[in-house]
Amino acid sequence: MNAIFVLEQLLNGLGYGLMLFLLAAGLTLVFGIMDTMNLAHGSLYMAGAYLAARVHQSSGSFIGAVLIAMAATVAIAGVLEILIVRRLYPRGHLAQVVATFGLILIADDAVKAIWGPSPVLAPTPAALAGPVRLLANLPYPAYRLVLLGVGLLVALGVGLLVNHTRVGMLVRAGASNRAMAEFMGVRVGRVFSFVFTLGAALAALAGALMGPISAVQIGMGEAILIPALVVIVVGGIGSVRGAFVAALLVGLVDIAGRAFLPPLLRAVLPPALAADLGPALAGIAMYVLMAAVLILKPAGLFPARA
Amino acid sequence: MLKLKHAALLLALGGLPAAHAADPIKVGIALDISGPFATIGAEIRDGFNLAIEQLGGKLGGAPAEFLQTDFAGNPEQANQLANRYLERDKIDFFTGPVASNAALAVGPALFAAKVPYLSSNPGPSQYAGKQCNPYFFSVSYQNDTYDEAAGKVANEKGYRNMVLIAPNYPAGKDHLNGFKRFYQGAVKDEIYTKVGQIDYAAEIAQIRAAKPDAVYFFLPAAMGINFIKQYVGGGLKDIPLIAPGFSADQDVIAAVGEPMLGILNTAHWAHDLKAPGNAEFVAAFRKKYDGRYPTVYAAQAYDTIMAMDAAVRAVGGKVGDRAAVLAALKKADFKSVRGDFRYGPNQFPVQNYYLRVVEKDASGQLTNKLVSTVMEKHQDAYVGECKM
Repeated sequence: MNAIFVLEQLLNGLGYGLMLFLLAAGLTLVFGIMDTMNLAHGSLYMAGAYLAARVHQSSGSFIGAVLIAMAATVAIAGVLEILIVRRLYPRGHLAQVVATFGLILIADDAVKAIWGPSPVLAPTPAALAGPVRLLANLPYPAYRLVLLGVGLLVALGVGLLVNHTRVGMLVRAGASNRAMAEFMGVRVGRVFSFVFTLGAALAALAGALMGPISAVQIGMGEAILIPALVVIVVGGIGSVRGAFVAALLVGLVDIAGRAFLPPLLRAVLPPALAADLGPALAGIAMYVLMAAVLILKPAGLFPARA
Repeated sequence: MLKLKHAALLLALGGLPAAHAADPIKVGIALDISGPFATIGAEIRDGFNLAIEQLGGKLGGAPAEFLQTDFAGNPEQANQLANRYLERDKIDFFTGPVASNAALAVGPALFAAKVPYLSSNPGPSQYAGKQCNPYFFSVSYQNDTYDEAAGKVANEKGYRNMVLIAPNYPAGKDHLNGFKRFYQGAVKDEIYTKVGQIDYAAEIAQIRAAKPDAVYFFLPAAMGINFIKQYVGGGLKDIPLIAPGFSADQDVIAAVGEPMLGILNTAHWAHDLKAPGNAEFVAAFRKKYDGRYPTVYAAQAYDTIMAMDAAVRAVGGKVGDRAAVLAALKKADFKSVRGDFRYGPNQFPVQNYYLRVVEKDASGQLTNKLVSTVMEKHQDAYVGECKM
């Protein structure tokens, strides 16, 4: 294990974390402000990935595909919000979980009806297909560097929006104390519609960007929803800053568990035991982090509600 | 009318009880077209349906009914479906599940009811070894054999240092053990990843640091797709990838595209295999299913129906005589698209395994090309444990 290897793995953790952040940012705001659990967030991620893959293949333009996928997903999310999610705000968490889980099933079947059960092709844009040399002996996938850049920019943008604009102030007000915000004349319903579509746009962006490096297939949203939920719990529900810090933490812990733990274990334990223990620990590293944070700070790292 | 006449004739000859002439032969097919194995399940369904169409919906010339119900890859549901087929429909044959866990779940009920189960895909080691059963026939392969062939490929290519990677669950370890059974070089690293892992950057960095001669991966379905895309994007294209045929078949190629080029993989069949009837099968499949190449799954599903057809023909449609049906199935007197077909003592095939490589065909379509025969008449490692 040398410095280059460590650096590369840190970049990997950062990249994975930023992707989780794109997904978690919308989820945490929706949950934080309206106390609404939206499991179908992962389906919006899937929609973004499928739409981008499809448009990219037929048009040849990746940037255009990402933008169209985001726009279309926002439109879908708008309809969902008006028809279904809006009716769920006053209901309990159980009703929300059941209803949005139903949405997942419908979304999966809709995708299957349109695109079939097989994973679809989502090519990497040709210019970014290979690695670039970051250092003399550190080739790094060009596409992942772009992911890193976009992730950081979006995180910055969302941070500015939430912390330094009037809309963001209303969002934060709604998140920290919804009833009080309503008494002060904030139309929390509208704020929520805005947040829901913003979250959908971010989820679609994440899906569109993840397409070229992962399988675009039915159920992809559920697979990534679990680490995203871990992120919002660790970060503190409703807090964008918390989601950002937690996403990076989860990304780094996950990478560390997979990359650094096995060689360390092999150095101190008998090989057979290390071989069994390493992957098992790596698999639960993220949840250990969550458990530790919850013991020390039960409301997460940066609770939105004081 | 023709059917009636036929039945009357048989009655007159006194050969068959009336019930047999009237009742069609029932085949219970547990489809796997939704859930985690939907892609493979759809391939298998397409293979079945092509064979059924070519046989005119009959088996051995006798009227047959093919019951098709989806069980979504869930072993518990597979078990319920098998029981329904047994009790309500009184099936004569069973086939369909994609995964070993479903095959293991449905086995006991079928065997107790004396209904032959012809596996169109999974070949779990249990059924090849200690739990082998006269009612279980694998028309496909034993699970480890692809990996064993891949191990031999690695030897032949002269790879002395390899990194192996698989998901951290029992099947992952089984498959890597299958590889190591024949691979003679050194294993530089054995990486076990999370089941359903999306991001493989950490593992790819480990591989780059280990500088192996080649990498063997067993990462089914989406995991393999994620891994290959990220592996090639990470600039490891120069370190050859070897995989069992499942990870480099037409379904994966369609989802990954160009990064698949050059992946070596092993299977018991290839669409360009020179075997009697294979070219016709491939042509018929491509005609029926808008030009796409069949996968191994479709080919063995096609074989499964043909194996039933031959057995029913051999017993003259009298599927009630199970001993005769078993004997006929065991003879496997059908034209497999993989060439001569023969079972070992555990009723798993003794067959050749081939090396394939992903290339572009004449029309620029990515597909597997047959390279060479890796193993001839190979029988699985568990046959010794089977007391039958």
